[in-house]
Amino acid sequence: MKNFFLTAIAAFCLAVPSVQAADTGHIELPDIEWSFDGPFGTYDRAALQRGFQVYKQVCSACHSMDHLAYRNLSALGYNDDEIKAIAADYSRMDGPDDEGEMFERPMRPSDNFKNPYANEKQARYANNGALPPDMSLITKARVGGANYLYGLLTGYVEPPEGFEISEGQHYNAVMAGHKIAMAAPLSDDVVAYEDGSPTTVDQYARDVSHFLMWAAEPKMEDRKRMGVMVILFLLAFAGIMYKVKKKIWADVKK
Amino acid sequence: MGSGNRQKLDNPVMEWVDSRLPVFTMMQKEYGVFPTPKNFNYFWNFGAIAMVMLITMIVTGIALAMHYTAHADYAFDSVERIMRDVNGGWLLRYLHANGASFFFIAVYIHIFRGMYYGSYKQPRELLWMLGVLIFLLMMATAFMGYVLPWGQMSFWGATVITNLFSAIPMVGDSIVTLLWGGFSVDNPTLNRFYALHYLLPFVIVGVVFLHVWALHVTGSNNPLGIEPKGPQDTLPFHPYYTMKDTFGLLAFLIVYAAFTFFMPNALGHPDNYIPADPLVTPAHIVPEWYFLPFYAILRAVTFDIGIPFTDIVLIPAKLGGVLAMFGSIAILFVFPFLDKHPVRSSRFRPWYRPALLLFVVTVLVLGVCGGKPAEGFWVPLSQLGTVYYFAFFLVLIPFFNKKEPVLELPPSINDAVLKKNEKAA
Amino acid sequence: MSDDDPNKPRRDFLYLTAAAFGAVGAGSVAWPLINQMNPAADTLALSTTEVNLAPIQEGQAITVMWRGKPVFIRHRTVKEIEEAKAVDLGELRDPETDGARTKEGQEKWLVMVGICTHLGCVPLGQKDADVKGEYDGWFCPCHGSHYDSSGRIRKGPAPTNLAVPEYEFLNDTTIKIG
Repeated sequence: MKNFFLTAIAAFCLAVPSVQAADTGHIELPDIEWSFDGPFGTYDRAALQRGFQVYKQVCSACHSMDHLAYRNLSALGYNDDEIKAIAADYSRMDGPDDEGEMFERPMRPSDNFKNPYANEKQARYANNGALPPDMSLITKARVGGANYLYGLLTGYVEPPEGFEISEGQHYNAVMAGHKIAMAAPLSDDVVAYEDGSPTTVDQYARDVSHFLMWAAEPKMEDRKRMGVMVILFLLAFAGIMYKVKKKIWADVKK
Repeated sequence: MGSGNRQKLDNPVMEWVDSRLPVFTMMQKEYGVFPTPKNFNYFWNFGAIAMVMLITMIVTGIALAMHYTAHADYAFDSVERIMRDVNGGWLLRYLHANGASFFFIAVYIHIFRGMYYGSYKQPRELLWMLGVLIFLLMMATAFMGYVLPWGQMSFWGATVITNLFSAIPMVGDSIVTLLWGGFSVDNPTLNRFYALHYLLPFVIVGVVFLHVWALHVTGSNNPLGIEPKGPQDTLPFHPYYTMKDTFGLLAFLIVYAAFTFFMPNALGHPDNYIPADPLVTPAHIVPEWYFLPFYAILRAVTFDIGIPFTDIVLIPAKLGGVLAMFGSIAILFVFPFLDKHPVRSSRFRPWYRPALLLFVVTVLVLGVCGGKPAEGFWVPLSQLGTVYYFAFFLVLIPFFNKKEPVLELPPSINDAVLKKNEKAA
Repeated sequence: MSDDDPNKPRRDFLYLTAAAFGAVGAGSVAWPLINQMNPAADTLALSTTEVNLAPIQEGQAITVMWRGKPVFIRHRTVKEIEEAKAVDLGELRDPETDGARTKEGQEKWLVMVGICTHLGCVPLGQKDADVKGEYDGWFCPCHGSHYDSSGRIRKGPAPTNLAVPEYEFLNDTTIKIG
């Protein structure tokens, strides 16, 4: 009976990841060591700020981030004035005012990130019919998460011999089907870092993937911290209840 | 549940209540001194664990409902707002999402326990059938709950599953239109799913009440499958099983917490973090893991069933798959009436035991098949699994009724426990 | 389990510890379920409002929304200010000087939550055509409370003056409420 169960559990544990893996096909994803890996992993604030800079200066030209507000940037280590200044660089429509007119005003920390396009149709029109996906949840919406994203951003390599690429498509090692509408967005030195980190595609890809992991799962640090406490509590409680149970049952077995 | 020969209580307030509505007497009778076989193993924890999971789901669900917006345009955003802005919202949602999985884990183990030790047999047939009804209601609730975040898997899962009903001859399409409240899965569908997702858990609570009531009429089965013969075979439920159940529950919660806090999305699907898009179907639609075996049975029927040597199709493949899938659950209802063998526990059933363990392996294999694309080697494997699934109930069980030897059972639970302790000493 | 069992004290301690863990566990489970009802982060982010006062002419008033409530901002006339200052505090139900209800050097600006302290209606008096009550301020149509030009209760059932929210002048023509 016991053996059967161990076997069944083992079989099931093997089965579950393979169910998940079914989607990636046979594409190998890079396996980066992220600071947020593991039960005690946390985000690296400097990497987050650099990643935000890459998003702001490169990705945000086409990709929206609807679920984030400028106020959320406080988690990256920016103070209130800095956030206000970042927000004020963008503007949005508001209103109607007292005369019934809509008006444009600078963004505030409570506003959500500026969407580069007014609507989906405009986004498609500007991108040859392809819709640049929203970035808020992208790392959770792809198998492989941050590794996938890093792989995609660094995956613009020469196509293998004989691989046909049509107009408006680009070869990517990680993209499903290896065809992607987005041209390689990063190149060396496109973003000037202030902290002396290397200004290479590899570093940009790492930083922006780090930032987008945070964007998708901003409460991860709280979650893990609480998780450690909850599990320690449950372990202690379970240990005590095991003793209680043994004490109570001691009379029965005699 | 009547007051019967009620004993007076010492506390005057409790006595005042109890003499008018004997809740304390009932609790004492049903959970305090309730005679329970003394030889339970840890498999008997899972009823209580499932109960706690049901309560967890209802409580976290009510909290989530305070923030969720059941509208096709806002549902996805409102879930993200819960994850980002609502105080502890991420915790509630992850507890709820993973709680569904752990509720099913507890219930699947509970069902296996019942099958292995013959808990469905006379006089507990109705108890078993109520349990299958709970299982069915859980499936409906979980399915509709998965639609609510209105992600890609929500939307396409809803589309595929509601389309199952279109296989019904003549009225299928009208039924699907009725379910949708329109001509595709859309806002009216989301709204009614939300209403029903909120309602059904309370229906489950009602059926659980009947399930427990029926249990307390017959008393619990036990690993030996023989009825207690007297007080030497039983223990009062409290403190023996209350404490044992609490320990088992905590051990279960550790695993639940590990998933919720450290891999909250491991049991979900990444596509559900993409907002629903009626124009784009994900490359590979899979239901939640707890439906995968049934999904595999649905897809296993890839052929029309007709009269041999003619072109007459009696059951087209689509209807066949749907019938097989619903049949795989329906057959559980009649299981107590299929199995007529006089011995309950697998410990004393040399043939039934391996057949059942193979059945469990089959269900796990079907689960794996359900998660794979319906192509290549997975299709015949699903078909083989489906054949064994039904053959177990319809061929092996009737055969065992006639031919499986009846072994000698221990004279009493106490006797068996004493013997086991002697051996251990 | 007799009373002279040598294990008994240890057992009691064990049971007490178990009960304490149970209580702590139940409490920690209850808290997030209650706390989720508190204002969410996006609600709190909207809890301050900046208002540009420049377009408000003397004698005019505007109403802005702040935390889902109307806030009255009045550019008071000299006459109104003088009236408000001249009142004998002894006559008042809720004694408060006009100076305590305005910012020093900005006495012409009166900023108040426009909700009657009686039962929560919105008093009249913001528009020129409105009834302003017997004290040249605001009048609540629900149960007839009269407020003066400093928003203080003078007559009727309301118990206290109209509340002054927390606000500050960012510059001469902009205030931040909240």
